[in-house]
Amino acid sequence: MRKPASYDGVVVCAPVTVPYVRFSPETAHWWTGAALFALAEKTGLRPADIDGFCFSSFSAQPDTVVGVVQHLGLSPRWMDHIPTGGASGVMALRRAARAVQAGDAEVVACVAADTNQIESFRQNLTMFSRFSQDATYPYGFGGPNATFALMTDNYMREFGVTRETFAKLCVAQRANALSNPYALMKTPLTVDQYMNARPISDPVHLFDCVMPCAGAEAFLVTTPEKAAELGLSSANIRATIERHNAFAEDPVQTRGGWVRDIDTLWQAADRQPSDMDTVQVYDDYPVIVSMQLEDLGFCAKGGIAGFVAANEFTIDGTLPLNTNGGQLSAGQAGAAGGFQNMTEALRQILHQPLGDQVPDARQALVSGFGLVNYDRGVCTGAAVLQVGDLR
Amino acid sequence: MTDPLLPPKRKDPLKNTMMGHVAPASRSRAAKAMAARAAQGRLVLQSCATCARVTYPPRDRCPTCWGPLDWTDQPTGAVVLAETTIRATTDKFFRDHLPWRIGTVRMDAGPTAIVHLHGDVAVGEAVEMTLKLDRGGNPALFALPVKETPNMQDDPQLRVFTASPKHRRVLVTDGRTALGQETARALLQAGAQVVFLGNSDRLMRYNGQPEIEAEAGVEPVTLRVTDSRSVQELAAQLGGRIDVVVNTALHTRAGTVAFGGKLTDLQEAMDVEVSGLMRLAQAFGPALSARSGDGVNAAAAFVDVASIYGLTGNPGFAGMAASAAARMTLLHGFRHEMQQTGIRVMSILTGPIDDGWHQSVPPPKVTPAQIARAIVQALEAGQEQTCVGDIAKNLMARWQDDPLLTVREENQ
Repeated sequence: MRKPASYDGVVVCAPVTVPYVRFSPETAHWWTGAALFALAEKTGLRPADIDGFCFSSFSAQPDTVVGVVQHLGLSPRWMDHIPTGGASGVMALRRAARAVQAGDAEVVACVAADTNQIESFRQNLTMFSRFSQDATYPYGFGGPNATFALMTDNYMREFGVTRETFAKLCVAQRANALSNPYALMKTPLTVDQYMNARPISDPVHLFDCVMPCAGAEAFLVTTPEKAAELGLSSANIRATIERHNAFAEDPVQTRGGWVRDIDTLWQAADRQPSDMDTVQVYDDYPVIVSMQLEDLGFCAKGGIAGFVAANEFTIDGTLPLNTNGGQLSAGQAGAAGGFQNMTEALRQILHQPLGDQVPDARQALVSGFGLVNYDRGVCTGAAVLQVGDLR
Repeated sequence: MTDPLLPPKRKDPLKNTMMGHVAPASRSRAAKAMAARAAQGRLVLQSCATCARVTYPPRDRCPTCWGPLDWTDQPTGAVVLAETTIRATTDKFFRDHLPWRIGTVRMDAGPTAIVHLHGDVAVGEAVEMTLKLDRGGNPALFALPVKETPNMQDDPQLRVFTASPKHRRVLVTDGRTALGQETARALLQAGAQVVFLGNSDRLMRYNGQPEIEAEAGVEPVTLRVTDSRSVQELAAQLGGRIDVVVNTALHTRAGTVAFGGKLTDLQEAMDVEVSGLMRLAQAFGPALSARSGDGVNAAAAFVDVASIYGLTGNPGFAGMAASAAARMTLLHGFRHEMQQTGIRVMSILTGPIDDGWHQSVPPPKVTPAQIARAIVQALEAGQEQTCVGDIAKNLMARWQDDPLLTVREENQ
């Protein structure tokens, strides 16, 4: 396999979060516009200045990026629509970066936005994917909770993991969320509360589940020169990976596509897991956090219980993890849930946090996991980011 | 082991009747093809015509070599790898039936699948896979214990996929024939609480009448399927108390089309078998539909017995075959209507019955008791279509293979 090219001549900047709300009567278009509005406030860019647009959403139907571009008055010379949900942030970054490198665009706005109307969640489930419609949801209609419960049940059994391990991760993320003014969960969570929560789909209990909500996330991919011109702090991309439908032969998912590409990632980044000052991983359920920490090389497969016991995941801990609270405590705003790990990593290394700052954070790992098409997540990706210029 | 299903308590008239919901019904074309085979009680998955690999969920091309896929019968063995008990859902149907247990199984055929789990199976155990239809007519993989367990049929999740007669009240439309009487006996033996047995003419005695009317659980009722008012009156009187309707009304007369067939025989057959079915559907369909979620003895099924020759025609019984064809066609429409409300419309297709009207036909023939057993089995399995006896099975197999040839063969 050819080595991927470096990301010279590209930077990432201007992370933006539109504060989440549990339910919104507005549309995905409204939330996308709100993200662009916030991006404009931060950067001074006007619609005509944006010549690349990368979009991700579950709730913009019947529109795709095409309808959104016209709706919001953009005229890009490059655009893309990323349908991979939880992996969309990393994938948007990869595509936008190559477009900027190749000169197909100079200023790419990457936006993920979803609304959450009262009926949205149920309707999205019904139409989520063909395999889900035929072969998952008719089986009790537990939604993602049931699918991830099967994975969690198998994972706990196979690797001897107990709920105490998941409790520590969830409790730490809640502690992180308390300093984030935008997080939907605003009260502390104790291990006892986690352990005694009501079962949703055994062994998944209430605090293993995210809160669906409305929200939007955005960031800018451009050249170092343009970032300097705009006076924006910027981060460099050291390396990225992406993989889809890996290990289809595994009867139940216990690992993700990262495993196939992990050596490529750390070699291209010229870094190792212990170099990371903070880690932002996709956290729809704690079993997926655990799987990522193993598959991305923080501990051996099956070693998660020991690793979690030996580390602290709060902002001042040994491995600051999902420092905005993650989706588990900040909320899951649809496809924006696949962007919030990117924006949070950027904010930490660019030293413009929403809440508490990870002390002297300079390097971050972002990991995405998306789209349970049938019985497992299909899309995985990861990126290693490093602070560039602070302005 | 499963707790035995207790008879329902007397209904509280002040309580709302539980509405019968149907599980989410939208499916791919491939899943509908799977349903068409599930309707016959077959466990099928797709296998590749090129590389022979078996695949699931339903696809349109092989994921290994991109070859075309065929539906093929599969071994029924599987092992449970993981399980969960769902305690929260956004779906109305499953909300009425929580908690609901599902699992991931590895099938002997190769693929893994998410399936409904019987209460008596657990992770690590071997299971017997069945392919059922849900109440909306969609395919559903259901894992059963390999060996019969106590009260296995009473499993609450399994009962959702069946129309078992146990504790249910059944209307058998024509009790004047041996078929109707045997059906009543078989239903009572299978645990039916009561069988309302139709009699089209209270003034005329029929063979077996004293014996069948003396059976505990049999309640004779007046029902003429050729008389709209009679059907409506019975429905008005009993509709809310009938959980299963079994339509055994047949009108078999020998005769050709051009040479000696009687037009009045055809008209009478059409009135009994076709108009009769429509009268029953119109009178009892809405009442059944309103009670498809009504607890232990929720309304569950409409079973129709018809001649297999509806598929092909029959040279010696042309009118009977024509009325059977019309009856089958009507049943397809009725089935679709009832799927919206969670009532199964089931079809029992039979070859020549060993009765007075088939004296000219050589064996093999089907006894009324055989058909009665098939009706009970179909209800207990929730199976949409059943062929009874060698003739019907053989004819259906040939017809599925080559319908045009089978029509020619049968009419020679």
